[in-house]
Parts: sequence; C-alpha cells; structure tokens
Amino acid sequence: MNPFIEIITQPDNIAIVIMIIMVTFFMGWAFLQAYQNDKLKAAGLPVEGENDRDVDTFKPLVRIELIITLAVMVGLTIWSIAVNAPLEEIANPTITPNPAKAPWYFLGLQELLVYFDPWLAGVVLPTLIVVGLIAIPYIDINPKGNGYYTFEERKYAILIFSFGFFILWLLLIVIGVFFRGPGWLWYWPWQEWDHQRVVFEPTRDLTSLVGIDSRSLAGFIIGALVVGGYFVAGMAAPYRYWKKNNPELLAQLGMVRYVTIMFLFISMMSIPIKMILRLVFLIKYVWITPWFNV
Amino acid sequence: MKNLTEKVKKNPIWKSIFRRDYRNNVRDRALAIFGNVFLHLHPVQVRESAVKLRFTWGMGGITFFSFILLVITGVVLMFYYHPSIEQAYSDIKDLEFQVPYGVILRNMHRWAAHFMVIVVMIHMFRVFMTGSYKAPRQFNWGIGVILLVLTFLLSFTGYLTPWDQLGFWAITVGTNMGAATPLLGYQGPFSEYLHITPYNDIRFALLGGAQVGANALLRSYIWHCVAIPLISIILMFVHFWRVRKDGGISRPQK
Ligand code: HEM
Repeated sequence: MNPFIEIITQPDNIAIVIMIIMVTFFMGWAFLQAYQNDKLKAAGLPVEGENDRDVDTFKPLVRIELIITLAVMVGLTIWSIAVNAPLEEIANPTITPNPAKAPWYFLGLQELLVYFDPWLAGVVLPTLIVVGLIAIPYIDINPKGNGYYTFEERKYAILIFSFGFFILWLLLIVIGVFFRGPGWLWYWPWQEWDHQRVVFEPTRDLTSLVGIDSRSLAGFIIGALVVGGYFVAGMAAPYRYWKKNNPELLAQLGMVRYVTIMFLFISMMSIPIKMILRLVFLIKYVWITPWFNV
Repeated sequence: MKNLTEKVKKNPIWKSIFRRDYRNNVRDRALAIFGNVFLHLHPVQVRESAVKLRFTWGMGGITFFSFILLVITGVVLMFYYHPSIEQAYSDIKDLEFQVPYGVILRNMHRWAAHFMVIVVMIHMFRVFMTGSYKAPRQFNWGIGVILLVLTFLLSFTGYLTPWDQLGFWAITVGTNMGAATPLLGYQGPFSEYLHITPYNDIRFALLGGAQVGANALLRSYIWHCVAIPLISIILMFVHFWRVRKDGGISRPQK
C-alpha cells in the first residue's frame, strides 16, 4: 500500500485526519462569518444576531440539541463499528519503541523538545500556555467584537491567537504525528523509516559563532545578555513605539497589563525564534549556565 | 388509537410520572423546561442566536455529550477491568474475545475520547472568535481553560490503563517531563538545593514509584475513573451555571 495512505489510515491517526478536516471547516466558517459581519458593519448595517428576539427553549433549542446528539451518536457508532482501537504488545519496560510518542494532543509539546530542554518544553511553556489562556480576558481590554464574529475590530488579538492555536499548537501536532520517525527525525509520509540513519546534531552554541566557548565565563555573560536583552528589548521597543504613536492605548492598558501581555507574547515568539536558530543557524543553546541551558 | 392514548394518559402510573398534560401554550412550554431536572439547566427562553447553529456550532454541547458518552461506556468497561499489571492487559484482550459487543464498547470509549479532545479545542476557538470571553464572561473562560486541561488529563490518564506498549511509553515520556520540573523534579534546574532525588520528586508522586509500575497503573486508574471525572463534573456545572448567570450566550450589544 502507498505509505501515505497507510499512515493516515492507522486507527489512531484517523482521529487526527478528522481533526484536520473539522478544524479547517470551522476555521473557514468563523472567518467567513467575520468577513460577512465586517462588511455589514462597514455598510452601517446591524451585524448578524443584533436584532434577535427571544424564543422558547422548548422546543427550538431542545429540538436542535436532540438532532445534534443523534448525529454525534450515529457518527461515533459508525466510527466504532468501522475502526478497531489498536492494542499493542503487553507493556515491556525493556523494549523501548523508537520513536516513543506521547499522546497526539501533547505532540506539539514533544516537538518543542527538539528546540528546548525538557524543563522549558515540558513544564515552563505548558504552564505559560495555560496561564496565558486564562489571562486573555483580563489583558484584552478591547470592548469591541463581543458576541459576534469579526476580524476588523480585533485584528491583533485574532492574529496572535490564531498563530498560537493553528501554527504552534495544531501544526506541530500534525508534524509530530505524520512527519516524525525513529530518533524523532523528519520523515516524509512516503519515506521508509530507517532505524540506522545517523543524525547530524548541532553542538555549537550561540557564542561559539564569535569564537567564545559557551561554557566559559565570557560565554555565560554574553548568553545572559542576549536572553536578558531579548526580553528587555521586547518590552521596551513596543513601549517606545506606542508612547509616540498611540499613548492613549498605553494609558488604557496600564503598566501591569502591558508587561503581562508583552511577557506572554515574547515568550510565545521565542518558540519560532529558537526554531529558526536551530534549523537555519544550527545553534543548540543560546545561554549555558551551571543550572540550566536555554 | 386516540382512545388508547387518552387511556394511557389517564392511567395513574403515567400521571405519577409526568404529573400533567402538555398543551402547546406558553405556560406548558415553560413547564416542560423547569419541570424537568435535566432540561432546567436551560432558561425557559433563549436568544434566537443561541439556537442558530452557525453561532455556537453546538460545540460546547457536543463536548458535554461526548463526556456523557464516555462516562457511560467507561462505567461499563469498569465491570470488565482490573487495575493490576497481571490482569489489565488480558482484560482488554477479553473484551475482544469474551465480552459481547466488547470491541464496539472499547472502540466507542476510545474514539469518543479522541473526539472530545478535538471538539473542546474547537469550542474554545469559537468562544475566542465570537469574543465571548469579554466582560462579563471572563471568569467562565477561565473555568473553560481548566476544563480543557482536565480533558487532556482525562485522556492522558486513560492511556496507561490497557497496560500495552503504547500507553506504557506514552506515560513514560509524559511523566519524564515531571522529572524536569524546576525545583521539584530530580532533573530540573535548582532541585539539588532541595535535595530532590528520583525517590522524592514530583515524578515519583505522579507514578507512586521511580518507574512506571503497578502503583502507576493504580494511580492513573483512580485519577482516570474517579478523581478527574468528579472534578470535571463539578466544574462543568459551574460552567453551565455561569453561562446562564452571565446573561446566556453572548450576543452583539446594540
Ligand atoms: C469539558 C469542556 C467544556 C464543556 C463541556 C463546555 C460546555 C459549554 C456549553 C454547553 C456552552 C454553551 C454554549 C456553547 O455550546 O457554545 C459553553 C459556553 C462557553 N464556554 Fe464552554 N465548555 C467546555 C470547555 C470550555 C473551554 C475550554 C473554554 C475556553 C477556554 C470555554 C469557554 C466558554 C465560554 C466563555 C462560554 C460562554 C460562551 C458564550 O456566551 O457565547 N469552555 N461551554
């Protein structure tokens, strides 16, 4: 069989294919409605739902709930009859599968292990994701776009969220499921897995580019300056820009909110930055300390 | 036929269950909702947009329904399962060969679990895109995020229960992350200052041992079948309560 067909029809991977289809569909539907509402607004017309009346719960809502329930039930029944959940060999601590993959919804995090040490990829970044998500309503003080789809009125919020959700979360999951083989190496779905394949692991660090040993004191200081500088500049540069061009926005946000937003944003952007450093410049660490490496 | 329906409706047993007739008027439509313990989660009247599929996509409801389905199939599975490393694997095998409809039962639990993870993420996306986390719904968004994490953890703890290679190594990979926790994991930064070893760190607490073994199976089983479902149910009811108290499904302000 075509290896690509084989990989997407593995029982557990069918779920990922269903996810890709559903997410694409709903992404399209959301942005389509946003586009339509933005057009209505631009024409000075009320957006979808603005002139809604109240209706009885019984039966309109109860009816639609019943229909959805039945549809989901039928769908899952067909799925359960058609596809059997796999059961592998009995657990055996002496035989390590290669690759050993986490459950699919954590594969984005496992993918981060290529670029970050486990304490960052497995603990700090997931914590920041959860904290960041909970913080969203408190740091997004734009009152517009509450209760209807829109893009124009909340461009930046939607762009940042979409980048995190579609690229950093979902795309990395898809990569982890379909494109990672033994040794967590990249394999195209039509490529045969080769357990003998050797990898070129980058061993140089940022400071070795300028000829300084990253484990020396100078290397430590430069690394600290780069990481610290990234956060400080990331905080200060937009601040100065907005101070000049949009001081009301800054005043509305206040210092605490501004710092929180920028900290979360800078941390999020450190992921693609570290990916580029690794993939393009073959850099392993930016900063080496006796306790941890970044 | 009509006679028969009348007779059934007059029957004391029928009357004791349904208490009154349903006539299609305002009063009875309202009573249909708050006279029923399950339906009275709803208000008696809702906004039109709450009924339109294109606004909510029904995603929160679908998530809840997948959860109910998982509880039902999960409870039935528990009748056939021992959380011990001697028996767990063969219990799952028996589902295939001994238990009537065991295969479909297990499949449905597995696929509904995948499905729930997918739809809860899409629900979050829809809530974000309609700006429904904005005032006064900030707190309910936070409850939602916790529910999202609990959904992941529910599925994750279930992975180990068949005691096969897939679950064993997925849990090994996952809990190794715990070992990397700063301060509290034995491989994490700064933990040496707290005298953290593989035998007293956070990973040890998760697994009930330094390796994935019998204790880890028991722990994941109890988290999976009792503790996390209980916490989730409580939070779901807070979530639904807040949807109503925050003024129902969000809608554009005039
Ligand atoms: C186990 C998981 C969850 C269940 C069962 C659930 C269920 C529901 C239901 C039934 C609704 C009513 C409207 C609808 O169907 O969209 C709702 C609304 C809502 N959910 Fe969830 N939800 C879950 C997770 C989440 C998550 C992960 C978030 C966000 C991070 C969230 C945030 C909200 C908010 C803010 C509303 C109000 C929406 C509005 O007024 O338009 N929920 N939820």
